[in-house]
Amino acid sequence: MRVVAPRTEEALTIFERSRPGRRAFAPPPLGVPHRPLDELLPGHLRRAQPPRLPEVSEPEIVRHYTRLSKRNFDLDSGFYPLGSCTMKHNPRLHERVAALPGHARLHPLQRPERAQGALELMWRLQSALGEISGLPHVSLQPSAGSHGELAGVLLTRAYHEDRGERRTKVLTPDTAHGTNPATVTMAGYEVVKIGTDPDGNVDLDDLRAKATEDVACLMLTNPSTLGLFEPAVAEIAEIVHGVGATLYYDGANLNAIMGICRPGDMGFDIVHFNLHKTFTQPHGGGGPGAGPIAVSNRIEPFLPRPQVVRRDGHNGSDLARPVYDLDFDRPKSIGRLRGFQGNYGVFVRTYAYIRSLGAEGLRHVSETAVLNANYLLARLRSLGVLEHLPVAYDRLCMHEFTLSGAPMKRDLQIRTLDLAKRLLDFGVHPPTVYFPLLVDEALLIEPTETETRETLDAFAEIVAEILHEAAGDPEIARGAPYTTPVRRLDEARAARRPVLRQEL
Amino acid sequence: MTEYTAVTDVDRREMLEAIGVGCVDDLFADIPRALRLAHGLELDRGRSEQEVYAELRELAARNVSTEDELSFVGAGMYDNYVPALIDALISRAEFLTPYTPYQPEVSQGGLQAMFEYQTAICELTGLPVSNASVYEGPSAVAAAGYIAKHYTGRSRFVVSRGVHPHAIETLRTLAHGWEMDVVEAELRDGLTALPTLDDGVAAVIVAQPNFLGAVEDLAEIAAAAHEAGALCIASCDPIALSLLRSPGECGVDIAVGEGQTLGNRLDFGGPSFGFFSVNEPLTRRVPGRIAGETVDLDGRRGFVLTLQTREQHIRRENATSNICTAQALNALAGVIYLSWLGRQGFTELGELLVQRTAYARERLAALPGVELLHEQPVFREFAVTLDAPVERVIERCLRHGVNPGYPLAAHYPEHERGLLVAITELRDAADIDRLAAVLGEAVLAEAEAEAADRSGSMSGGSIKEVHS
Repeated sequence: MRVVAPRTEEALTIFERSRPGRRAFAPPPLGVPHRPLDELLPGHLRRAQPPRLPEVSEPEIVRHYTRLSKRNFDLDSGFYPLGSCTMKHNPRLHERVAALPGHARLHPLQRPERAQGALELMWRLQSALGEISGLPHVSLQPSAGSHGELAGVLLTRAYHEDRGERRTKVLTPDTAHGTNPATVTMAGYEVVKIGTDPDGNVDLDDLRAKATEDVACLMLTNPSTLGLFEPAVAEIAEIVHGVGATLYYDGANLNAIMGICRPGDMGFDIVHFNLHKTFTQPHGGGGPGAGPIAVSNRIEPFLPRPQVVRRDGHNGSDLARPVYDLDFDRPKSIGRLRGFQGNYGVFVRTYAYIRSLGAEGLRHVSETAVLNANYLLARLRSLGVLEHLPVAYDRLCMHEFTLSGAPMKRDLQIRTLDLAKRLLDFGVHPPTVYFPLLVDEALLIEPTETETRETLDAFAEIVAEILHEAAGDPEIARGAPYTTPVRRLDEARAARRPVLRQEL
Repeated sequence: MTEYTAVTDVDRREMLEAIGVGCVDDLFADIPRALRLAHGLELDRGRSEQEVYAELRELAARNVSTEDELSFVGAGMYDNYVPALIDALISRAEFLTPYTPYQPEVSQGGLQAMFEYQTAICELTGLPVSNASVYEGPSAVAAAGYIAKHYTGRSRFVVSRGVHPHAIETLRTLAHGWEMDVVEAELRDGLTALPTLDDGVAAVIVAQPNFLGAVEDLAEIAAAAHEAGALCIASCDPIALSLLRSPGECGVDIAVGEGQTLGNRLDFGGPSFGFFSVNEPLTRRVPGRIAGETVDLDGRRGFVLTLQTREQHIRRENATSNICTAQALNALAGVIYLSWLGRQGFTELGELLVQRTAYARERLAALPGVELLHEQPVFREFAVTLDAPVERVIERCLRHGVNPGYPLAAHYPEHERGLLVAITELRDAADIDRLAAVLGEAVLAEAEAEAADRSGSMSGGSIKEVHS
């Protein structure tokens, strides 16, 4: 039997709650002589009608958005093994320190000598990220992973142009995140896909064949989106460097290797970090994030402007403490990628995280993330789940692993989508589904280091139970979910007849 | 060391046994030995929560925030009042901790908030389509340029020098990769003076109000752009749209802007959000997430991410943008803020800013040694020219606890002594009077010092005494 929520629960928008004359905001007294508006802003520049914003009281706003919040699943409520997204715990200390007025109410154009704390924090964070990645020069500017990728490809372009070279292609494995090929196009290059070999690694023969003199870069995620480390990464670097191209590290999966190995030591020239994945910036329902980049010596001259730098104290003073500054004098820089200095509020949280854990703690994070992933895989195996959901490449995984739902679809008549939707009824957020693309009916599962063993056990048992249930009656999963605020939504209708805003 | 993990020694032993390996190190067997770090990372030891708090507090204390000085600095980000209910609502875990709503059945809160946000942005801009947010203001301008590149197939941007300098620079960074030219249009008497536009122009890009605070005639600019077959892109201060004719009504094709001023803190420059809205024909070229209304199996109203065939996770190299993670939480703060202001309040806030800004402008213009840089209508920010070296005037004001504004010289060499002054609702009449007093005195003092300097150097004498 399925339970349908009563219709009173149906979502009204804040605009539908509006009633003429209601309000929350009370303006402060004007305090200056009032002048006719026509004198200040001529009529032809003014709008005839104010925007039709909602007219609601403060209690209504609070209740409305509180109600909305309860229609969200969140990380604090349950397991969220969304592959490639690193849904780890968000420490609340970070929110407290980011809200300190010295950070939160600091104007981005405050003069550097009056923002020394912020610049020093950014400088220290740059140093720490340089150490973690093994690439010493860091720009914190990019706003998210994809923005970091764009920076990386533009840096590559600047590097080659500086050498008088014109290259037109960028290589991306067929396992890559969608942002990689999209970035390549946006940066003005052509995408060339590299295949995956039977073990789940980059197909080296395919790479050798396609690594030609007109290739600018290979973008690689390591561990890959299959959750596998590329054992031949040194050879890959040699091939790529052999034709004068750069090697780019997509840092989405950095959580697997902190303190264990470093992209710089593997031969990468450029890496981006996802501070909202590896470094606990809360994901916010789709941002904010931050996507700093770290680069090798040869790429450094091209880094975005401005750079945070440390200068020695003033001459002649024994007490001089170093001075932190913004360096705009970078003639070979690719320029800016955005306004101001980047998502500083995210840097505060990341810095707090790195300080809390230290070198040992970060290594412990990666070890535990990998332990948890392999344990979960072992549990699923011991419960017989892998008979229907085989692991795409049967190796030790890193911090995540990919299963294929193809046998489940064939034998049990439920698709990966159905399994995902049924998981919702068990209070679990589904893994990433239908990615990576080369695995049929894929599920990409990343438990992260902050989950307990009991949570992993429970998840494995839930998956087993859903498969067992489907063997009896596949319709249950195919109709799921039943316990959520709404059931499956008509996405085709949304796309065919788009309603993208409320008619007012 | 602080830990956020829960694996005990017993757990570890049993988990390794279940996996079938002897130790944790064995799990990393795929990583060649030669690549493993021989020693740990060279980072400090981990710290307790209270130690980290103390350190972050000490760093914060070495910044001069808008709570520590009387600041009139704006230039793209503004010290607006952020109402308490925003902090309370956006710190709810249900908004703070989930990711992009890939599973709409358990993400209705975030999706509906996006839909409401899109509706609010469309009301402000007068355009029919908004996405759910982009990174921030300047990169939104470049993203709009990317649409124009594809839509027109043309090779040149004409960008007003009144557009935020960071946005112009960001556009240049990207345009280089697109092999497109960026031509800057001069400002005359504070307003954009468009050059002759030909059929090579993909878009005309302006700011409303512009960087010098002046309100542009968007309708005129849009008409000129369209006559040349180009798109018109306007980067707008969303608060100014409380009173100004909407970009949509003026014929603007793409209206974008920095959303910080809508309920987000300064945060030394981010995170905030960028808004992005377009005219109907450009709908399927918009970057990033868009929420749409639909129904569920039982016919109940619901919301989903829609038009996803534009996006990188579906279309990969053919996507309209590479953007993935944007600024959902900041955009949520934006729509809560607009709801808090409400229809009447939004207009009232706009009028308050215009009145106080007019008062400040009048007060400053009346000071000896201070002139208006232009006399165009302004909204919340205006530019003056000082009869003294700007940096030294600012230094002097800072010693009195007043940060009088943002110097223009770095971006406008022709306004070497220009100062951009921003007013928010947090700066009242007394604050403005104080600014006038401190700035007036500083300009006089520095003008005198400069004159003494000049006569000193002309007569060949030493000027050291004058300065000390």
